[in-house]
Amino acid sequence: MISAPPPVASSGPHPAPAASDTARPKIEAIDLSAWYGTTHVLRNVSLSVPANTVLAIIGPSGCGKSTFVRCLNRMHELVPGARQSGQLRIDGEDLLSRKVDPVDLRRRVGMVFQRPNPFPTLSIFDNVIAGFKLNGIRGDHAAVVEKSLRRAALWDEVKDRLHASALSLSGGQQQRLCIARALAIEPEVLLMDEPASALDPIATAKIEELIHELKQVLTVVIVTHNMQQAARASDRTAFFYMGELIEHGDTEQIFTNPREPRTEDYVTGKFG
Amino acid sequence: MSLARRRFTSRAMTALCGLALLLALLPLVSLLMLVISRGAAGLSFDFLTQLPRPVGESGGGVGNAIVGSLSIVALASLIGIPVGVGAGVYLAENGDGRAGKLIRFTAEVLSGVPSIVVGIVAYGLFVVPMHHFSALAGAVALSVLMIPTLARGTEELVRLVPRTLREASLALGIPEWKTALRVVVRTALPGIVTTALLAIARALGETAPLLFTALNNQYWSHRPDEPTASLTVQIFNDAVSPYDELHARAWSAALVLLMLVGLLSIGARLFARLRARGQR
Repeated sequence: MISAPPPVASSGPHPAPAASDTARPKIEAIDLSAWYGTTHVLRNVSLSVPANTVLAIIGPSGCGKSTFVRCLNRMHELVPGARQSGQLRIDGEDLLSRKVDPVDLRRRVGMVFQRPNPFPTLSIFDNVIAGFKLNGIRGDHAAVVEKSLRRAALWDEVKDRLHASALSLSGGQQQRLCIARALAIEPEVLLMDEPASALDPIATAKIEELIHELKQVLTVVIVTHNMQQAARASDRTAFFYMGELIEHGDTEQIFTNPREPRTEDYVTGKFG
Repeated sequence: MSLARRRFTSRAMTALCGLALLLALLPLVSLLMLVISRGAAGLSFDFLTQLPRPVGESGGGVGNAIVGSLSIVALASLIGIPVGVGAGVYLAENGDGRAGKLIRFTAEVLSGVPSIVVGIVAYGLFVVPMHHFSALAGAVALSVLMIPTLARGTEELVRLVPRTLREASLALGIPEWKTALRVVVRTALPGIVTTALLAIARALGETAPLLFTALNNQYWSHRPDEPTASLTVQIFNDAVSPYDELHARAWSAALVLLMLVGLLSIGARLFARLRARGQR
């Protein structure tokens, strides 16, 4: 399906991921496993993500992609019966430890969901500032809203109707509003669980462009079903299958020269 | 089956459904017509504002009963709405455990308790120790009747709030309790207001829980610990009296009560519709 993937790793001003192997990774999973009840959905996953890079997670439905991402901000444990084991570190600190308050963690690790989910009762402005307000953080709200909307490439489209309902926006705009909302609290890591799967190609392109901008300031983990998207938007790619991490490495290598035959079959569209 | 036969069956069934609708509407329409025809004559500004006069004197009204009904129900709402809505939110958020099942079961049993029984309990718990009848005792009895309806109604509405919204809030690092109150309940609020208005309308029409709690009063009540008149008890007392004048007063008071309940129900529906329009 993809005969000649675009050269991703060489684009962008930041050093190629290969150079960061010596630096301490931003995110590091060691032997991470996760269960829903008795269903073992994630099996001994170990991988690391350097700071200011984009990691794409690909794999067929039910392979544990979303679960992995939801472990990173401890949303996984909100499901009754869900548990996890192993280690998951951000900047070397184990975030599964009991000492870590998941509420604090989620302020450092933002998340964007598959379907745009702005707060329907709030205006555009109040949506962006919701994390601020509900956490009781003071500050110049108007400045935060403008900055976040600019970073989410939405400012020019909504600056004249900031107090309109968030539901008056199109689906793609709503998704960028959700990104602005996540960015407003200045996270270090942004998780995106299939952020463009409910969007049309133009809106998708905008989100991908945005991801390129965002990695200047934070680390992005994006789950996607769309292999072209992974090839276009990420520096590194991890391929999950049946709850196992089959292979991960530079995006270019995964798409042009995978080590594992299963990876090759998946990225060339033989299954999935 | 032939086409003609199917058409015939279809028409016959439609006609039967229409008939059933007419039968269902008949009691409502006849009730409204009867109350209006008997009660409208006695309505006047004085009737809404004056105290009741004894048999034999003309004029007078049920002003104290209107104010009494409204204040007892207001007091009952003050007690019942926070408890009922709070219980409903708890059931929706944490109601899958043993405590939740127990509360849900209790609420179900409570909603089946006859209102006269609730009145007797309020009598035993409030009137006897306080040594006199009071609006407060009546309000407690009414609030007990409101709570199960409110709890189940709120639970259903809060459960309807999409999980993605809750996740959006939690992912922003907003604590669970704040997510529940400021995001989930906030989103379900229009529905909760409608449920509360309907519960208030129902409480306004209750007689039995007030009979031996708020009792009645021929004069204005000024404090919540005094016996207090209410439209329903006034209607009951007048209706069982042997005097035609009092019967007439009962019809007019019934019309006033019907209008109050109607206003609340219409208000609830208008509110729901306005909110629904605002959402889109």
